[in-house]
Amino acid sequence: METKNILMVGVGGQGTILASKILSEGLVELGYDVKMSEIHGMSQRGGSVSTQIRYGKEVFAPTIGAGEADIMVSFETMEAARYIGMVKPDAKIIINRYRIFPPDVLAGECDYPDTIIDDLSAKLDVISLDAAGIAAGLGNPKCMNIVLLGALIKGMGLDTADWDSIIAKMVKPQFVELNRKALRAGMDAVE
Amino acid sequence: MKKLLTANEAIARGFYEAGGSVASAYPGTPSTEILENISNYKDELYCEWAPNEKVALETAIGAAIVGARSLAAMKHVGLNVAADPLFTAAYTGINAGLVIICADDPECHSSQNEQDNRHYARSAKIAMLEPSNSQEAKDMVRMALEISEEYDVPVMMRTTTRVNHSKSVVEIGERTELPMKPYTKDRMKYDAIPAISRQLHKKIEKRQLKLAEYSDSCALNFIVDNGAKVGVVAAGAAYQYSRDVFGDKANFFKVGMSYPMPIEAIRKFAMGLDKLYVIEELDPFMEEEIRAAGIDCIGKEIIPVCGELNSSIIRKAVFGEELPLAEVKTTVVGRPPALCAGCPHRGAFVQLGRYYKDAIVCGDIGCYALGGSAPYNAKDCAICMGAGVSLAHGMKKAFNHYGQTDRKVVAVIGDSTFFHTGINSLTGMLWNNGNALVIILDNRTTGMTGHQENPGTGYTLDGGKANIISIEEVVRALGAKNVRTVNPLDLAAMKEALDWGFGLNEPAVIITRYPCALKKYSPEDKEEFGTLDKCIIDAGKCIGCRACVRTGCPALVFNKENKKVVIDQGQCTGCSICMQVCPKDAISKKG
Ligand SMILES: Cc1ncc(C[n+]2csc(CCOP(=O)(O)OP(=O)(O)O)c2C)c(N)n1
Ligand code: SF4
Ligand code: SF4
Ligand code: SF4
Repeated sequence: METKNILMVGVGGQGTILASKILSEGLVELGYDVKMSEIHGMSQRGGSVSTQIRYGKEVFAPTIGAGEADIMVSFETMEAARYIGMVKPDAKIIINRYRIFPPDVLAGECDYPDTIIDDLSAKLDVISLDAAGIAAGLGNPKCMNIVLLGALIKGMGLDTADWDSIIAKMVKPQFVELNRKALRAGMDAVE
Repeated sequence: MKKLLTANEAIARGFYEAGGSVASAYPGTPSTEILENISNYKDELYCEWAPNEKVALETAIGAAIVGARSLAAMKHVGLNVAADPLFTAAYTGINAGLVIICADDPECHSSQNEQDNRHYARSAKIAMLEPSNSQEAKDMVRMALEISEEYDVPVMMRTTTRVNHSKSVVEIGERTELPMKPYTKDRMKYDAIPAISRQLHKKIEKRQLKLAEYSDSCALNFIVDNGAKVGVVAAGAAYQYSRDVFGDKANFFKVGMSYPMPIEAIRKFAMGLDKLYVIEELDPFMEEEIRAAGIDCIGKEIIPVCGELNSSIIRKAVFGEELPLAEVKTTVVGRPPALCAGCPHRGAFVQLGRYYKDAIVCGDIGCYALGGSAPYNAKDCAICMGAGVSLAHGMKKAFNHYGQTDRKVVAVIGDSTFFHTGINSLTGMLWNNGNALVIILDNRTTGMTGHQENPGTGYTLDGGKANIISIEEVVRALGAKNVRTVNPLDLAAMKEALDWGFGLNEPAVIITRYPCALKKYSPEDKEEFGTLDKCIIDAGKCIGCRACVRTGCPALVFNKENKKVVIDQGQCTGCSICMQVCPKDAISKKG
């Protein structure tokens, strides 16, 4: 099989790292060779972050070049636009309708771009979802990352793995049930 | 058992499995997690943070000389600091194995330059290994220690950010417990005085030849034969990118031991090929060696010297192909790093930016590097760790020489950076009657690299209690008479201290003391600093002047519709900086 490329983008503190850890654990369990690369800049909160995951029979490069991602999940709306140069023209794009204002918008220097989801949808295969709302509905907004992971897993057709037991291995016992629900809710959201 | 590990985790595991006994490092992205992971094995080996890389390497050299397998780890620029012991340890050699991990950062993801440290191995005449994934990283630590012992040479393992921070599958093994190698006094080997060093130099020139011979047959250098007419020589991450780009259209010579280069093996590999590419990140290090041996190749005329490589860049350079991209027009607003909500550095920069716009601010390396960005704009320059104080000192001396004695020059330096090399700079300034103002931003941790302990925090790598080295006492002991410690969250006190320091015609040191907003407080921190109540804004009083927003705190949100500011309660730490700049008393403590 050809190596598949997944791109997860977001803002520091959104939980992309846990999501990508669970995902790569599952991919290993499914018998794939896996490489995962994180760019976490400096220690401060709030910067743009990206995780790249590649899986297949034998994976070489640890990173994805321009135009190589098969799927992108954006944990924050505008980050989808920032990394759009990384995706294939026929890539699947899952966008969280969730905004984190960058410094210039917070300070009132400029506006948060309003049309990103429409702009991308005009040319690309985009699914947008309110992962924050879904997570809040499950009783804990913090599981937003796992909702998005669920959407990604569905989007890549990886839902055959035993994610329930992988989650049980990766998160604290008191959060296992919540995260399982979140994962399922995310899968359902992209149906 | 197989595990998905970063190379940093794999290096730690490799050192543990290979019977490693003593490890020392100074943090620096992308190398920091190596020692942090080694400390997971602290019951079976010894490890510690050093105040800087020179000390880390010297500690490891000492341990290796008396017979313990040792490791020192650092980022690329750290080896500049540790270069002095490196070059002479290359002469003396070791006893038990010594591996020096140095992590380069092509693309300057979190560094002040993107120097290529492979040149160090060549100039110091030591062996160098380069892993391209985590399994190799783990295996190569053991190999490095064995080569080190076999050839009596410190071995450098050079990694790059993408290798350090990428996860790939690793087979986990068991630890080999090793006894200490006996140490016998041998001045002719370990005492590098001129008469002895002249002899040692001859010895290492011979060792060079032996290492080159070894490299030609070393299993770390291997060929992937696809029966092609094109050949690729590559090492590290560039090897992995090349495998993707060339597929089976090329034969590969994977270089794992990249100094001395396996030149004769490459010569054989190149025979009968139509074309030989050398694909490497940064400088034409391998290419120069290959060309010098009279082997024709294509390298930096098509592969960029600057920045990091990836598959797309190599594909375009070699085949002129570019993958189709998604064609969309949209807008993006930048998300530059910013000081966290409640960052204690904010007070110093807000006041420098407000009241001392004309002062020349010599920065240093740490979170406070952000003081140069908007909204503070309070930095003129930064070079390397510890340089701020000496730069300021040199500037002041130059101004004084030309009669411009009233020019204001100030150095800002963090606590970890002060202990790293800033202490030397301050020694020079105080000794030579310099009179720059020095601000030591003591946030009780090493913030930028992820909150490691440092000599001032009172704790060691493994969380054990340690002697707290007081910055104030050190500074006074060096002879500074004008020293003040202030709470940087108190803007009036901060301004008063600046007025005082700039007003003196003598050297002055201001220590700002308050913990990093992301620091996990120690019991001592809790006692000294307590907790803060968050702040809220009274919308009725707020006139939307945005003075608070100009402190750059990301918890302050300006609403364009109603022209008022609100505070994101999730982020606010209650530092009260915004409260102190509001002209309308609209901000108050909650509860
Ligand atoms: C020679 C060298 N070693 C290590 C680093 C990596 N590094 C950058 S900033 C920093 C620590 C900064 O700590 P501190 O001075 O306490 O400032 P803070 O980030 O806490 O504000 C380190 C270790 C470097 N840039 N150069
Ligand atoms: S990590 Fe700490 S020192 Fe660095 S910007 Fe954040 S609060 Fe400030
Ligand atoms: S400084 Fe005070 S009045 Fe001005 S915008 Fe901020 S809260 Fe409102
Ligand atoms: S008190 Fe003001 S400046 Fe401090 S963290 Fe809260 S909002 Fe930011």
